[in-house]
Amino acid sequence: MSKLLTVSPSPHVHSDDSTQKIMYRVVLAMVPALAWSVFVFGIDALRVILIAVLACLAFEYLIQKYLMKIKPSVMDGSALVTGILLAFNVPSNLPWWIIIIGSLAAIGIGKLSFGGLGHNIFNPALVGRVFMLISFPVQMTSWPVNTQSGIDAVTSATPLSIIKEGISNGTPISEISKNLPSALEMFWGGIGGSLGEISAALLILGGLYMLYKKVITWHIPVSIIATVGIMAGIFWMVNPEIYINPVYHILTGGLMLGAIFMATDMVSSPMTPKGQIIYGIGIGVITISIRLFGAYPEGISFAILIMNAFTPLINYYVKPKRFGGK
Amino acid sequence: MLKTFKKGGVHPPENKLSAAKKIEVLPLPKSVFIPVAQHIGAPATPVVNKGDLVKTGQIIAKSSSFVSTNIHSSVSGKVKKIDFSADSSGYPKQGVFIDVEGDEWLEEIDCSEEFVKEFNIDGPEIIKKIQDAGIVGLGGATFPTHVKLVPPKGMKAEVLLINGVECEPYLTSDHRLMLEKPDEILVGTQLLMKALHVEKAVIGIENNKPDAIELLSEKCKGYQGISVQPLKVKYPQGGEKQLIKAVTGKEVPSGGLPIAVGAVVSNVGTAFAVYEAVQKNKPLIERVVTVTGKNVANPSNFKVRVGTATSELIEAAGGLPEDTGKIISGGPMMGRAVASLDVPVTKGTSGILIIKEDESKRKEYMACIRCSRCVSVCPMGLEPYLLMTLGEKQIFDRAEQERVMDCIECGSCSYTCPSQRPLLDYIRFGKGKVGQIIRSRKK
Repeated sequence: MSKLLTVSPSPHVHSDDSTQKIMYRVVLAMVPALAWSVFVFGIDALRVILIAVLACLAFEYLIQKYLMKIKPSVMDGSALVTGILLAFNVPSNLPWWIIIIGSLAAIGIGKLSFGGLGHNIFNPALVGRVFMLISFPVQMTSWPVNTQSGIDAVTSATPLSIIKEGISNGTPISEISKNLPSALEMFWGGIGGSLGEISAALLILGGLYMLYKKVITWHIPVSIIATVGIMAGIFWMVNPEIYINPVYHILTGGLMLGAIFMATDMVSSPMTPKGQIIYGIGIGVITISIRLFGAYPEGISFAILIMNAFTPLINYYVKPKRFGGK
Repeated sequence: MLKTFKKGGVHPPENKLSAAKKIEVLPLPKSVFIPVAQHIGAPATPVVNKGDLVKTGQIIAKSSSFVSTNIHSSVSGKVKKIDFSADSSGYPKQGVFIDVEGDEWLEEIDCSEEFVKEFNIDGPEIIKKIQDAGIVGLGGATFPTHVKLVPPKGMKAEVLLINGVECEPYLTSDHRLMLEKPDEILVGTQLLMKALHVEKAVIGIENNKPDAIELLSEKCKGYQGISVQPLKVKYPQGGEKQLIKAVTGKEVPSGGLPIAVGAVVSNVGTAFAVYEAVQKNKPLIERVVTVTGKNVANPSNFKVRVGTATSELIEAAGGLPEDTGKIISGGPMMGRAVASLDVPVTKGTSGILIIKEDESKRKEYMACIRCSRCVSVCPMGLEPYLLMTLGEKQIFDRAEQERVMDCIECGSCSYTCPSQRPLLDYIRFGKGKVGQIIRSRKK
């Protein structure tokens, strides 16, 4: 026989899945919440998303090509995911240059400084968000009003910041609640906030799609939400005048966004189901601690970043159950 | 009720193209190359010389230690030379080249198709006959069967499991054998039961072979102590440890043998070979081989003499397709890619799989995104992503701690990795090195 045969070790077949397909499934899962943000905040939301996505893709390409001098991998979809998540985490009226700085922090510091896809310790989009939050606190916390909320104003506070401010002024919860949207409004998406955090329902829809497509497993989102619910519930039962009921904690802020899309980032979360539950509980505890006792009204970004740092440790100690015991 | 093993596993496309094809007898080749090492253990020692005339079934190489087997001539003719040539491992192996002249069998071998059900023979004699006939595990591992039948001191077999799972995609040789030789397999099973002094045998079959499940369940009624257990389709259920877990619910301890949980596992092909050895005096000189592939003109199941060149089988299945990129001896998950068509069929060859050019090369691999799929599909509860890194960085003490030696090399991790990472390549490398370290420690 004249032709040479290929010789390689087994297995000789491969599933037709790929990393790129996984990334695009995540993008697809974010589309409902993304569309809702454009519907609610108008063209401004579209502007934020486009700037964030293009900036993330551009930084990924430029840094890889000219600084790292490696073959750019912008098409793997991961920078696209980071861009959309970054946009999800900011108000729709954020100036363009802040978004670009945030994108540089996300891709440059959060991802490529660690070696690129798969090597980052922290969730890149959250690195970008926290960088912006600390550097530009005013712009990052003035949210345009939700056009679906029926409030006649230019900017509005998020439910969590209303609660935080009220409590620090000594107002009882029963008084503060009058200014809060109803639980249903929060669930369907009639509240003020960052692009991606306003509709719990659409985030859950995206989460269910990712569960169905096996992009994520239930362990992380469920353990975060359950921990937050249980802890908030305990405080609420102890003193309902200074602690709001747990439904508000679950449906407000970035909790759904964080639990479903940010904490589940494969690269920065633990490998085993048991480890993922420990990680989720950790995020829940830290989130509630920051919300109730910290300086910020919202704490899930910090909670996820802190637990990201624990991921290697969790992976080291929490092992899958080996076949054959011992 | 369907059973299966709990941990891990994958579902590669089955592609059982030759499932409906009856076993055909492959015409005798003009010459054969019979390697003297076709089994796990010490190679056999050749006992014929150049120019000798041999008969079909005659011993041409003798077992050299307990964990070794006899090798018999699969044809009659003249020994051309004793030399080295590549087998499916790619390494040159010693073997006997024979030019075929006629087909003259040893007189004591019963070549008729007549089914012999009754036997009156005791356990040790059965084991002796199995050992003399050179029978090894025909599922692919080729461990000498007589060794399995003598449990280590203090251990006792409680159940015999007959492996009819055939979880590798494409392969159908066991399936066809179960359909065409059910009684022979059941008698072989009874012989193995007697040799092991066990009262119970279970034949495990995946439910993608409903015809085999039905037929054997029906036939079992005529054989005391044998039953069929249908299994849910999941790779690697044919792995010894996975099959034991699926059928008995017991886990073979890490580093232990199946006998530690009272189980002995044999393939259906092995049971058939045992029948032939004991009831027909026929040594293991032929086996069923599936020749298949997406672009193979006529995917088939052949009864083939050991030592026949791969090229003869491919010719009989319609010739080598134009766009062939890779030829595998065995199944796509665990088989070996061969470098040449001269590689002979040996006792462990369950199939010849021809892969198209465009499916034969691996894609470029990307960074690990820690999706943890390799962890969730590993049937041994290992962390392939970690073991790969430990192999790559040559951190062998840690690899040993992380139980690299438990890996059964099923390939589920590499199969499933979305970044196409060569997990198993590096794990094998680590396993080889750790194995060396462990052996040198014992010395």
